Amino acid sequence: MDIPEPIVTVRNLSKIYAQGEIQVTALNQISLTIAAGEFLTLMGPSGSGKSTLLHIIAGVDRPTSGECLVQGVDVTQLNESELADWRNQNVGFVFQTFNLIPVLTAFENVELPLLLTRLGSAQRRRQVEAVLDLVGLSDRMHHLPRQLSGGQEQRVAIARALVTDPKLVVADEPTGNLDSRSAQEVLGLLQSLSRPAGKTVIMVTHDPKAAAFGSRSIHLEKGELTR
Amino acid sequence: MALPLRYSFRNALVRWRSTSATVLGIALVVFVFVLLQSLAAGIERSSGNTGDPRNLLVVRKGSTAESASLIARQNFQDLRYLPEIARNPQGEPLMAADVLVLVNLPRRQGAGEANVLLRGVTPRGMELRPQVRLAAGRWFEPGHREVVVSAKLARRFEHFDIGQSFRSGSATLTVVGWLEGGGSAFDSECWLDADECRSLFERDMYSSFLIRPRDAAAGEQLMARIEADRRFKLKAEREVDYYRKQTMTAAPIKWLGNFLAVTMSIGAVFAAMNTMYAAVGSRTREIGTLRVLGFRRRSVVLALLLEGGFLALIGGALGCAVAFYWNGYTTATMGFETFSEIVFEFRITPRLVAEGLLFAVMVGLAGTFLPALRAARLPVIAALKSL
Repeated sequence: MDIPEPIVTVRNLSKIYAQGEIQVTALNQISLTIAAGEFLTLMGPSGSGKSTLLHIIAGVDRPTSGECLVQGVDVTQLNESELADWRNQNVGFVFQTFNLIPVLTAFENVELPLLLTRLGSAQRRRQVEAVLDLVGLSDRMHHLPRQLSGGQEQRVAIARALVTDPKLVVADEPTGNLDSRSAQEVLGLLQSLSRPAGKTVIMVTHDPKAAAFGSRSIHLEKGELTR
Repeated sequence: MALPLRYSFRNALVRWRSTSATVLGIALVVFVFVLLQSLAAGIERSSGNTGDPRNLLVVRKGSTAESASLIARQNFQDLRYLPEIARNPQGEPLMAADVLVLVNLPRRQGAGEANVLLRGVTPRGMELRPQVRLAAGRWFEPGHREVVVSAKLARRFEHFDIGQSFRSGSATLTVVGWLEGGGSAFDSECWLDADECRSLFERDMYSSFLIRPRDAAAGEQLMARIEADRRFKLKAEREVDYYRKQTMTAAPIKWLGNFLAVTMSIGAVFAAMNTMYAAVGSRTREIGTLRVLGFRRRSVVLALLLEGGFLALIGGALGCAVAFYWNGYTTATMGFETFSEIVFEFRITPRLVAEGLLFAVMVGLAGTFLPALRAARLPVIAALKSL
C-alpha cells in the first residue's frame, strides 16, 4: 500500500501572544504531518489553538517559532508579498461567516482570486462557471450575497476557495452559521473534495458530527495535541 | 493586480446615505471655487476680448489706465500726420482722440449709485472700433448733448432707456441709442461726441489716442518714435495688449476664490476622511478577506483611494453642474482700473470645469489617504477576527 506524501509538515510550532505584560501560549511545540488528500478535522475547546494552527498552516498568521512546510515550502520564511501570492496559488479559504464581498455578485466573488492570475476573461469565466456548477449554484451566479440563503452563501465561498484549483483547502468552522440541513450539504461538499478530488482539506470544528465527515481528527487543548 | 473598479464604485454608491454629506460638502467647495473663478474668467474675457490687433493705443507715460491719462490737445496735431499712420479712402489719418470721464449715476430699483465711464469719441474712433455696433436707437450727433449707452448698462442704471435724460453735474444728456460691445470692455461704457464731452465736463485735454498704423512694421516704428520723442511723454502699445493687461480687477476675485476653496477644502477633506474611516471600519473583515485571497496592501489602498476619488468626482460634478446654472449670467462690479462699473458674464469654461473636477478628486484623495493606509496596515488575522 502506498503511503501518501505529506502535504503539510509542522515541526515544533509555537505561538505566543503578548497581551500587555502577560504572555499567552496559543500553540506549544506542535508537530504533525498531514497527507495529501486527507480531510483532517481540528477539534478542541475555545482557545485551544486550533484556529491559530489552521491560520499558520494557511499562511495567514506567523508562528513564534518552529517550521511549517506546505508542499515543501516553509511558509514561515516567506515575506508579506510572497505569502499573499502563495496563499492565492496554493490555499482555498472557507470561513464561518462566509466572508463574501457584499457589493459583488456570486460570480464576481468567485472570480476574485482569479483576478490575481494571468488568465484571460474567457478562461476565468469558464472556471468560475465550472465551480459554481460544482457547488450547484449555476442559477444564482448573478445574485448578490444578500439575495442568497446562508447555505448558498457558504457554497459560493467554497466555489471561491476552489476556483484557483488549490491543493489545500482550509475551513474555519464552516458550518457554524448554518442550519443542520445546509451544514450537511456543505460538509458533504468538503468531503467530496478530499479523496475523490485529491485535495487536502483541513477543517476546524467544535461539532463532533461535523468532524465525523473527516478522514482523521486531531484534538488540541491549551495549545497542545492531545490525541 | 488591482481590485476591479466595480468594487470601488459599488462600495461608494452602496452607502449613499452616509456618503451624501461628503459628496455635498465637496460639491459646495467646488461650486464656490468654480463660480468665483468664473467671475474672474468673465472679467478677463471682457478685457481680453477688447480692441483690434492692428490698432495702437497711446496714453501718457506712467498712466496705468486711459482714465488716468491726460494728453495735451497739441499732441494730437503733432502725431496725426506722421507717415506711419494709415489713411482712410478720403485721405484722412486713421487716428482718434478720446476723452474719458467718470460720472456717478443712480442704479435701477434704488440700488445705490455707481460710477459710469463716459467715452467722448470722434468719428475716426468709431471707425477704428468696428466691434462696437448700435443695438437700438441711433448714434449721437456731434454738437448735440446726446449719448449712446451700453445695452448691458441700460439694464442696470436709471434713465438709460432710449429717450430718457440724465444729469451729471451741470450737464444733461439724452440717451438716443444702445450700443453692443460684443462682450468687450466697451459693454461697460457710454459714448458721446468727444468735443461735446470736453465742453460739458470742461476738459482741455484728451485721455488717449487710438491709431491705425499702415502695417505691422509701421506700427513698430511708430511705437519706437513715440517712445523716443521727448516732446510727447507718451507711450504707445497695441490696443489688444493694453486691454489684456487691464485684468487687475480679476486678481482679487481669483485670490478670494482660491482662498475660499482652500479653506473650505480643509473641511471637505475631513468630511471625506470621516466617511472613509467609517467605510474602512465597517469593512475591516472584508479587507481582511481580500488580503487572505492574495490581494496586496497596495491593491487595498488603491481600491479605497478610487472609492474616495469617485465620491469626490460625483461631488465635483454636482458642484460644477450647479455653478453652470450661472454660466452667461451678466453681472457687474467696480473695475479697479477705471473705478467704474464694469459689466461682464460668468464664464464657466471647460478648463474651469476640469480644474473643479481635479480639485474635487484631490480633496477626495487627500481625505481617503489616511483611512486607506490604516486599512492596508491592518494585520490580516486581526482584520478577519473583527466583527
